[in-house]
Amino acid sequence: MSLDATPGFVESSQAHGEETVVVDPSALIEAATFLRDEEGFNFLSDITPVDYLTWGERSVSGYIGTTGGRDLNTPMTQGYQAVPAAKPKRFAVNYHLLSISDEPRRVRLQVWLEDDEAVDTMIPVWPTADWHEREAWDLMGIRFEGHPNLKRILLDDDWEGHPLRKDYPLGGEPVRFSGEE
Amino acid sequence: MSTIAPTRSRRPIYQGTRIPSPIPTVLKTTDELWATGDVLTVNFGPNHPSTHGVLRLIVDLYGEDVTGLEAVIGYLHTGFEKTMEQKTWWKCITYPERIDYVSFQNNEYVFVAAVERLLELEIPPKAIWMRTLLNELNRIHSHLVWLGTSALELGAISMFWYAFRERDQILDLSELVTGYRMHTRYFQVGGLAEDIPRGFYPEARKFCDWMPHAIDDYETLLTRNKIWLERTEGLGLLSAADAIALGQSGPVLRASGVDWDLRKRQPYLAYHQVDFDVPVFPQGDVYARYRVHMEEMRQSVRIVEQCLDRLENMEGEPWIADDRKVVLPPRHELHTSMESLIHHFKIVTEGFSVPEGEVYTAIESPRGELGCYVCSDGGPKPWRVKFRAPSYVALQATATCMTDALIADMIAIVGSLDTVMGEVDR
Repeated sequence: MSLDATPGFVESSQAHGEETVVVDPSALIEAATFLRDEEGFNFLSDITPVDYLTWGERSVSGYIGTTGGRDLNTPMTQGYQAVPAAKPKRFAVNYHLLSISDEPRRVRLQVWLEDDEAVDTMIPVWPTADWHEREAWDLMGIRFEGHPNLKRILLDDDWEGHPLRKDYPLGGEPVRFSGEE
Repeated sequence: MSTIAPTRSRRPIYQGTRIPSPIPTVLKTTDELWATGDVLTVNFGPNHPSTHGVLRLIVDLYGEDVTGLEAVIGYLHTGFEKTMEQKTWWKCITYPERIDYVSFQNNEYVFVAAVERLLELEIPPKAIWMRTLLNELNRIHSHLVWLGTSALELGAISMFWYAFRERDQILDLSELVTGYRMHTRYFQVGGLAEDIPRGFYPEARKFCDWMPHAIDDYETLLTRNKIWLERTEGLGLLSAADAIALGQSGPVLRASGVDWDLRKRQPYLAYHQVDFDVPVFPQGDVYARYRVHMEEMRQSVRIVEQCLDRLENMEGEPWIADDRKVVLPPRHELHTSMESLIHHFKIVTEGFSVPEGEVYTAIESPRGELGCYVCSDGGPKPWRVKFRAPSYVALQATATCMTDALIADMIAIVGSLDTVMGEVDR
């Protein structure tokens, strides 16, 4: 695969007709520039951060798992799901790239981050990253180094916490004008 | 076929680049202008009839010149993505429709398509053609709402009544098929929720016969209208390079001269089997966006007609996949089959499980590339759902388009980006 030459390359995989390239967060900008200039991915569709906290543990999605999943020879495992493969770190940030050309192609550029890790801003490579990164900061709490305007975009400026994180309590947000104020 | 001659414009195609720096989405007033003391900061919105919802723009004015601009959004944020993580897959289908409430059918489809890709489900041809048909009807619906409201904002009040007259016909068709006028939840994972009612085809034919005449009427009112031309031509310029850098898609991108339509380039549903053209206008101004919208409606009518040709010969064919682990069993079987009853109970209570994995599915919604990222951990609820909302991205181009514009043109320019605030804020 030609994408193995991406700077900071860690691994690549194919699933459901999609290609995923995982790179080291420190080499993200070089990787993105390489994909844009050498591979023709001139269009950033989307930035999707995902929180994998409690991934594969019971009760998050309401399922019970065993490592093997359902086993016909073991009684009482009929409804069991296989526990999903472990993830390297807590957060994944997915950059969905598209090549607007006569040979359209898509690739998912992926970096893995721990809770306190930041990643470089993509604005110099694709200006459209501006609001996508602000949304990722607002809802998921991913910090983007070098972003000139990294503030909340969908929630109030004084909102506490990042709601799309898996440890954000459901129903815990204050209700305004509830009569108790 | 269009009865209107191509645009008479001979102006050169704008190719410059003027994305503001360092923040690509904020236009900043220069210090020299501030020093004059004549700059007035105006808060436009969030409650203003011409902001297509609750968009707030902080505008710096120097006389009538817009010198600074920042968009503030989030007033409609309802946390759809978080909510969907708490619902089973098949309950989630109702949410995407409400994200972009004008092109609900396309939103519904993109989520269902993403789940189907994870499940690797085979969809029966009848469902594929009907989905194509409804997506195109919905495209006309969305463009009509855009046309009516945008023209209304520029003072062409009568356009609103005409556009909404035809919009109502589409909603009538929607009601005929699905029982609901909007937010239909007609697409199930695996196909369609119900068979297509027999009376639908003649009614849809009637609409297809009428719609091209209606579009001719709209164009007679606007396309060569002196006032309309004055208000739209040469305004809100966006070059092809800027449009791609800013992630623009759909009519905005095609009005900047980029021949890009996912229905042609990465075909989904039945689009590789239907005959249609992709309108591209190179001027990159508000007028070009208007022309793209008008031409797309004509093309959508063509697609709907071809879908009807196919569907009329599919009487009696299945409309949903026969996979009892995912699809609800037919109602009549519940009275006679224990197995069906168990399947029904499992799907309704626990929901079906979707294999572990992640997909990003993109379709050409009326507003551009509508993407849906879905991640599953193998359970009955999504681990993460994310929508790539074309309106959200389109609004990022506001600052670039508004460079050197006048305050009166702001309405035309923001309107031409065709944003739906429900989708922007999600």
